[in-house]
This record gives sequence, C-alpha cells and structure tokens, in this order.
Amino acid sequence: MDANLFTSMLFATVVAGTPLIIVALGLLVSERAGVLNLGAEGMMAMGAVTAFAITHHSGSPWLGVLAGMSAGMAMALLFGVLTLTLMANQVASGLALAIFGVGLAAFVGKPYEAVALQAVPPIRIPFIADIPLIGEALYNQQLLVYFSWALFWGLLWFLYRSRAGLVLRAVGESPASAHAIGYPVIRIRYLAVLFGGAMAGIGGAFLSVFYTPMWAEGMVAGRGWIALALVVFATWRPLRVMIGAYLFGGVMITQLFIQGSGLQIDFPSQFLSSLPYWATIVVLVVISRNVNTIRLNSPLSLGKPYRPDA
Amino acid sequence: MLELEARAEPSRLMPWLSPLLAVALTLVGGMLLFLALGKDPIEGFRIFFLNPVRDLYAVSELLLKATPLMLCAIGLAIGFRANVWNIGAEGQFMLGAVAATGVALYFDGSQSSLLLPAMVAAGALGGALWASIPAFLRTHFNANEILVSLMLVYVAQLFVSWLVFGPWRDPDGFNFPQTKMFDDAATMPMLLEGTRLHMGFAIAIGLLVAGHVFMNHSFTGFRMRVAGEAAAAARYAGFSASRMIWAGLLAGGAAAGIAGMGEVAGPMGQLTDKVGSGYGFAAIIVAFVGRLNAFGILLASLLMALLYIGGEQAQQYLNLPSSISMVFQGMLLFFLLGSDVFINYRLRLRRRAA
Repeated sequence: MDANLFTSMLFATVVAGTPLIIVALGLLVSERAGVLNLGAEGMMAMGAVTAFAITHHSGSPWLGVLAGMSAGMAMALLFGVLTLTLMANQVASGLALAIFGVGLAAFVGKPYEAVALQAVPPIRIPFIADIPLIGEALYNQQLLVYFSWALFWGLLWFLYRSRAGLVLRAVGESPASAHAIGYPVIRIRYLAVLFGGAMAGIGGAFLSVFYTPMWAEGMVAGRGWIALALVVFATWRPLRVMIGAYLFGGVMITQLFIQGSGLQIDFPSQFLSSLPYWATIVVLVVISRNVNTIRLNSPLSLGKPYRPDA
Repeated sequence: MLELEARAEPSRLMPWLSPLLAVALTLVGGMLLFLALGKDPIEGFRIFFLNPVRDLYAVSELLLKATPLMLCAIGLAIGFRANVWNIGAEGQFMLGAVAATGVALYFDGSQSSLLLPAMVAAGALGGALWASIPAFLRTHFNANEILVSLMLVYVAQLFVSWLVFGPWRDPDGFNFPQTKMFDDAATMPMLLEGTRLHMGFAIAIGLLVAGHVFMNHSFTGFRMRVAGEAAAAARYAGFSASRMIWAGLLAGGAAAGIAGMGEVAGPMGQLTDKVGSGYGFAAIIVAFVGRLNAFGILLASLLMALLYIGGEQAQQYLNLPSSISMVFQGMLLFFLLGSDVFINYRLRLRRRAA
C-alpha cells in the first residue's frame, strides 16, 4: 500500500469513527447510570436535521452543532419523562423514540433535502500535522474529531477519578443504596440521559454538517444502533469504545475504498455495503459468547426502572 | 401539588382505557401540530382522519394497509409477551417478499393453483429463516436479539437492492430497479370486486385468530407468558428459555414474511427496492398499542393504517410531507406509554404542609 493511500484511509477511518465515539460515549454514561436508551437512532436523526437546518439558515456550523445538541437533549428529555418520571418500560420507550425521531426528522427535513452546505475546513494543528504518514490523517481534522478525543479523556477522568463519576456508577449499580445514602437517583439519571441525548445530537450534527455535508432521509443509516452495540462490545468501558469505533470506521471505509477503487472484483457493491452491519453482529457474538463477560460488566440496574419510596 | 401514588393493585380498567386516552391525546396533539404548521386544524382533522373512511373504496384501502401491519404485529406480540424483542420484522418482511418472488419468478408461466400457496409458504419460510439468525445467535452465543435483528434489516434492504438491480431486474423494465410483474396465477385474488383488497386480509384475520389461540390456549403460549411476566418463576418451573426465544422469533419472522409475500403478490405485483416501507417498524407500535392481544392488534392496525393513509391525504391536499404519518404514529406510542403509568399508579392531590 502506498503512503498516500494509507494516510487517506487513516484519515477517513478517523472521520467515520468519530460520530460513533461521540454517540457511544454519551450512551455509555446513560447506561452507567442504569438507563438503557434505545432511541439513539432517533436522537441522532433529530440532531442531524436540526443542525443542518440551523447551519443552513445561520451560516454558522457551530450554531448548528449547538442546535443539534439541543435537539438531541429535547428528545432525551422526552425519554426521561416517560421512563424516569412515568416509569414506562425503557425498551419500549427507546424503540418509540427511535421510530418517532427518525419520522420527525424526515418530516421537518423535507424542505432541506435539495440543499447543499459549504464544507467546513479542517483545523490543522501546527507542527504535529507535519508528522509523516499519520500527521495529515490525525491532526488536520475537523474540530469535532478533537472534541471526541477530549470527550474520551474527560470521561475517563470523570468515571474513574471524580466523585461525581463514582456517584453515577453507584446509581447504575444499586439505585436503592445510592438513594439510601441520600443521592437524588432520579435527578442523576435525568442528567445522564440528557448527556446521552446531547452527545447523540452532536454525533448527528457531525454527520449532516461536517461529514457528508447534506441532509437526506435515513442518512443516519443505523449508526445509532451500531453505537448501542459498541457500548455492549466495549463492556461499558470508554477505551474499548474508542477501539471499537475506529474498528467500525475502518470496516466502513475499507468497503468504500474497495467500491471506489475501480478494482474490477466480481463482488456486488451491496454486499460490501452490508459489511459494517455483519461486523456489528459478529462483534456482538464474540463479546456476548461468554455470558459472564456481560453479566460481570453491565451496570446491575441497567434497564430496570427505579422509584424511590419517598 | 399532584403526585403519583402506587395503587395497591394494578388497575383492571386502565389497560383498556389507556389506549383510548392515547388516541385522544394524539388527536389533540395532531390538531396542535396542524395549528403550528399554519393549517386549519378542523380541515386537517377532516382530511387526515375522515378522508380515509369516507366511502367503501376508501375503507377497502384502509383494510389493505392494515393487512401487513396486523400480520407483522401478531407475530411480534408472541415474542414480546415472552420478552423476546424482535425488532427486525422489517427485514423479515423483506426476506419473505424475496422468497415469494423467487417462487413466482421460478415458476413463471405456471397456471397451477398451487403456486400461490407455495408462495405463502415460501414467504413464511423466508421470514422465519431470517429471524432464525438472531434466534440462533441469542440461544447459542447470548447475542442481544434487538441489535442483531435490527442490523439484519439493513442487510435485508441491501440484499433486495442487489436482487432488483442485478440478477432479478426485469430486462424489459427500462432499467428500473424492479422485477417483472407477476402472472395472474402468482397474484392474490381480490376479496372485493373493484377494490385492491386481497386474500392476504383473510389470511391476516386467520392468523390473528391462530395467534390468539396460541397465546391464550396453548401450553407453549402459557409458558411464554409466564416467562415474560415472571422470569424467575419460569426458570423455577423448568421452562426452556431457548425454546421460547425460538418460538418468539420464528413466529414473528414467519408472520412478517407472509406480510411481505402479501405485498409483492398483492398491491405491488412485483418486487422493487421500495418493498420495505416501514410496516415492520410500525407493527412494533401496533403490537404495543394493541396490548399484545389479538383483538387489540386488529383495532390498532386499523388505527395505524388510518394514520398512514391520513399522511398520504395530507400530502395530497395539505401539501405536507407524508412522513407526518410517522410523527403521528410516534406520538401515539409515546402517549400510550405515558398513559400506562396509571395502570400501576394513580394521581393524587397532595397539599403541601404549610
């Protein structure tokens, strides 16, 4: 493989992995607090369409990202009211959020389907971007790529070094004990769910404003679900989320490069396009095969409603 | 201040009242939505909710639309009752359509009256085979069936796309991504003269009855219900969990596959890349709104079909995107899930201590 190809594939892999990292890390925080929100796909779709529309009208991609984040949070709030206040089933509510979000995004996004946005130029970090092979790929990237790395380091510190992170994990493991010690379980879960929504919104914004940049119905294309699978694959640990997201990014990009390379291989493009989905399934199988890996690592109260007896 | 208070016993009435409450809230929400979009809400209501039932033909279209929904939903309900979360009915629907199309194309020109039954069987088999992947991976490798079945929806869509762009494309079809039109012997007979309502509706009603009997009057159905409501009790009684996972997923897959067959052999008359039109996802809402119960599913599928057709009407007469249907459908499920809180809780007025 020649050096240029390596650099451009690495570049594209990082870009493809970024929305997965942002969304999956957000979901990881919700799940660490014991809340399973299957609505990531819907939150991403709403984030994507809102960010696109606001960027189009205001001309500012950053206002767009902010709007996408808010849209994701609004969707998450809806989920929170249902599952945390009204104690509805988390699986059903998450599915509802996914269906509703994708539908609403298609509805509000209709007028924007033929609109194009200007590409946002990447931000080049001086000196280290000159490193051969990897410099251009890693350090001449979109701001949100750097944000995903900051998010990762921030989350590592938060979960394992900060008091608040300890409380969050306690709420996820045993809400009853956390409540008994005097922590506001429901409020903490709300915050965790909102954080998950905010990150899903930003992830969606990344897709529509920076990655493509355009809006089309169904453009999230299952990334919200893949992010959910990544959290399981990562056994709820941030570092493994990073690794997994880049592996997936790599799979997505490799198939695109093969399709675009003009290599005359006798293999239908649709089969190549389905590789990321098969990869998700394979990874789930590998990681879930040992029942204990999942049982020992998943937050104990994940998906179970909790209502403190006041 | 209002607060929720746990009921001593779950309400007997609310499980039935809450869908009605959800429908009422959806109507109110819809009116507000029309207002927000600058449309006359009364006119919007008339077009969205009354146009689809204005005459016999409109009603036949409603029943036609409800057919795949009730088929998919009754299959899903069997799994959902046992907490088997098959959300890939959309993909199983497509594979059913593919298998049925395969039979129709292979026996092209045949006038045999066995062709249609063979297509129904192929549809059921295709859907069940697709659903057997998550079932196998769940029972043997503990892989989450929600994620696996969902991933397979995307794979199924790409598979269909490959077929209709590639080997199965109609050579005389001006390069459209579609197969040739099926022969008369491979299309569903009509139930009502002058409408598009076909045999599939009768099959759907039959399967609703069969589903009801299975869920409420068979031992396996009983075991699945126990597993859903009290997993520990089911384990203690020695009910095999993997058997229930298989039963839930295969039932869901087969029913969705038949629904897919009904679409290609019914209103579509061919396989195209647009065959998966969201029925498999909408059926999740139908199953929940119908309380995972056959009769409820019948009503819920009619309601959801109304929302679909209402969306098409809104596109035609109000110049709104037809995806407004999905907004209404999502709203309905949200309101239902919210209303369900009153099954186990009641609102109580509490005066703050002065």
